[in-house]
Amino acid sequence: MKTYFAAALAVAASVACAGGAQAQSNTLAQVKSKGSVTCGVGPGLAGFGIPDAQGNWTGLDVDLCRSIAAAIFNDPSKVKFVPLSSKDRFTALQSGEVDLLARNTTWTLSRDTSLGLNFAGVNYYDGQGFMVRKKLGVDSALKLAGASVCTQQGTTTELNLADYFRANKMKYEVVAFATSDETIKAYESGRCDAFTTDSSGLYAERLKLQVPEDHIVLPEIISKEPLGPVVRHGDDQWFDIVKWSFNAQLNAEELGITKANVDEMLKSENPEIKRFVGTEGKFGEALGLTNDWAFRIVKQVGNYGESFERNVGLSSQLKIARGLNALWTKGGLQYAPPIR
Amino acid sequence: MSSIPSQPREPGKASLFYDPKIRGYVYQIVLLAVVGFLIWSAASNAIENLRAQKIASGFGFWHNAAGFDVNQKLIPFSASGGSTYGQAFFVGLLNTLLVAAIGIVLATIIGFTVGVARLSNNWIVAKLAMVYVEVIRNIPLLLQLFFWYNAVLKPLPDARNSIALPGSIYLNNRGIILPSPNFGPAFEAVVVAFIVGIAAAIAFFIWSRRHQMQTGKQYHNGWIALALILGLPLLVFFITGRPLTFDYPQQGRFNLTGGMQIYPEFVALLIGLSTYTGGFIAEVVRAGILAVSKGQSEAANALGLRSGPTLKLVVIPQAMRVIIPPLTSQYLNLVKNSSLAVAIGYPDLVQVFMGTVLNQTGQAVEMVSITMAVYLTISLVTSFFMNIYNKRMALVER
Repeated sequence: MKTYFAAALAVAASVACAGGAQAQSNTLAQVKSKGSVTCGVGPGLAGFGIPDAQGNWTGLDVDLCRSIAAAIFNDPSKVKFVPLSSKDRFTALQSGEVDLLARNTTWTLSRDTSLGLNFAGVNYYDGQGFMVRKKLGVDSALKLAGASVCTQQGTTTELNLADYFRANKMKYEVVAFATSDETIKAYESGRCDAFTTDSSGLYAERLKLQVPEDHIVLPEIISKEPLGPVVRHGDDQWFDIVKWSFNAQLNAEELGITKANVDEMLKSENPEIKRFVGTEGKFGEALGLTNDWAFRIVKQVGNYGESFERNVGLSSQLKIARGLNALWTKGGLQYAPPIR
Repeated sequence: MSSIPSQPREPGKASLFYDPKIRGYVYQIVLLAVVGFLIWSAASNAIENLRAQKIASGFGFWHNAAGFDVNQKLIPFSASGGSTYGQAFFVGLLNTLLVAAIGIVLATIIGFTVGVARLSNNWIVAKLAMVYVEVIRNIPLLLQLFFWYNAVLKPLPDARNSIALPGSIYLNNRGIILPSPNFGPAFEAVVVAFIVGIAAAIAFFIWSRRHQMQTGKQYHNGWIALALILGLPLLVFFITGRPLTFDYPQQGRFNLTGGMQIYPEFVALLIGLSTYTGGFIAEVVRAGILAVSKGQSEAANALGLRSGPTLKLVVIPQAMRVIIPPLTSQYLNLVKNSSLAVAIGYPDLVQVFMGTVLNQTGQAVEMVSITMAVYLTISLVTSFFMNIYNKRMALVER
């Protein structure tokens, strides 16, 4: 009896203590004391977040995590990657298991509000599309009436799919799986006529199929999918750090600062560049970082354009054109507020 | 607290502080307070954190439009019909209950067959049953489900090259497509006849048992019951002019349209669950039969009973007393294991409610507690009925 009683007291004490340590306090201080940024990424989406043969994570979303680590620690390798399925991602972020999500997550109103999250920008403008087998002879999503469609559950994809077929008065059958691997496997085994996800994902998943050339991506884009990094409510400083780490990547591209020339830029007389690399003003300190935070990001990771080309652009496997993701000066939508 | 020694004492001799009875009560109260405090602090901590992060809480989501679709549903549910998250819950719950109920029946049949076969005098039958039990019991269920899902899907042709079976039944990798029945208005009479047939069969059983007790005369109970239960509704069916038509599947652009569809996810899950649990039930049954002492069947033989009636009338009734309690926990396992459906895309409660609905609403605390409460309820109800059955079968001591 006595031992049980003691054990119960011990449990009570530990729970009471856990109650005191709130998950959302000072994320930056926690990150600094841990010595690394814990970043929730996708469980393997080529170009956005996937471990290579050596186990190093690469991708557009991964580069964002690395630039935050570069800004804080001056070391892009100080990131702990936690692969999360679309089903588990928000719970992991809300509970404090990860410091931020950088895994092709669509910015929507309900996620901003009732899920208690903040989106820190849009690092990829995407839209949902369909992939089908060539031999079906389908050339438009409007000809998919009566089709079975494989999708991943817990995504905006699942909702857009219902909306699209409803709006076009077509019947369909949905088969929803918990992870993207199971979804693409079921599609490949013939369980479904079509596979749907964000079009960037379609190109990435198509590479996983045995004969990628047997499948085509249909031309219709049925939704707006602004994908971006996410933090939880309640820590504005951390929200700012994530937001501005991404903005720094964009501003660097706009100012023509690259990984190769960033050292020379320290000598630049251009006031915008001086503010960027930290030779003028105290903008980094205002964020709770050092004044060379943006310099570190470009030096260690590169600007947005470099990251895009390396991971998803024409020099990568995916060969996606910049399109909507070009800078606003080049006809795209990527536009960052100025550092001043 | 029964362990507290309560030796008789002279009243008033020990102080209250050392009175074991009083001490016992104090311990109980303190423990209760600690448990209460634990629950209270966990709950208030959760509520506090949710509020601090401005995450929605409460059950208001129940009546919000769901906006997604589910393929297998026993009640109407569609995004275009404005179905709610609450209806999605029932879609998932009914799918769980469906697979659990059919799974329990199949697992029981498999289990009893294999369990008896393992004790067979036929060497091949006994060894086959042993191999089945050992293979099934020693591979994780999740792997078996993946195996069945692929084994069901892979060899089947795509929807445009369906295998046509007699009776307009088609088989392809979208499942089994059957003609769906349309019931005419007079079909109710057939249903009534069916119920009357069952009642008559039960009445006949009671009468024949009593008659046998008095006179020793036996009837072919099975055949008479069959005639009453099936023959009577069939007769009414033809008299009322066959009030039943079928909707036959037609070849569409991608799939067969019309008819009704049994999905491969359901088939794979059902096969996986019933063969797996069947393997465990087989061992339970074998243990139960071996627990009946050999003298019982020898005595039955001495009375002149053949081996069939010996098993049916002497061995099984006694074995049931050993079998039922572990059988109950196998049933409960099957119900809980059905939540592995999430891995192969079968829309059960966990897949629909803890998967899609949780993600769309983000209210993990509510979803998880509702789902746990549902499984607890299903399990408690199952074991309640099994306990009643156990009481009926238990040894009546005189």
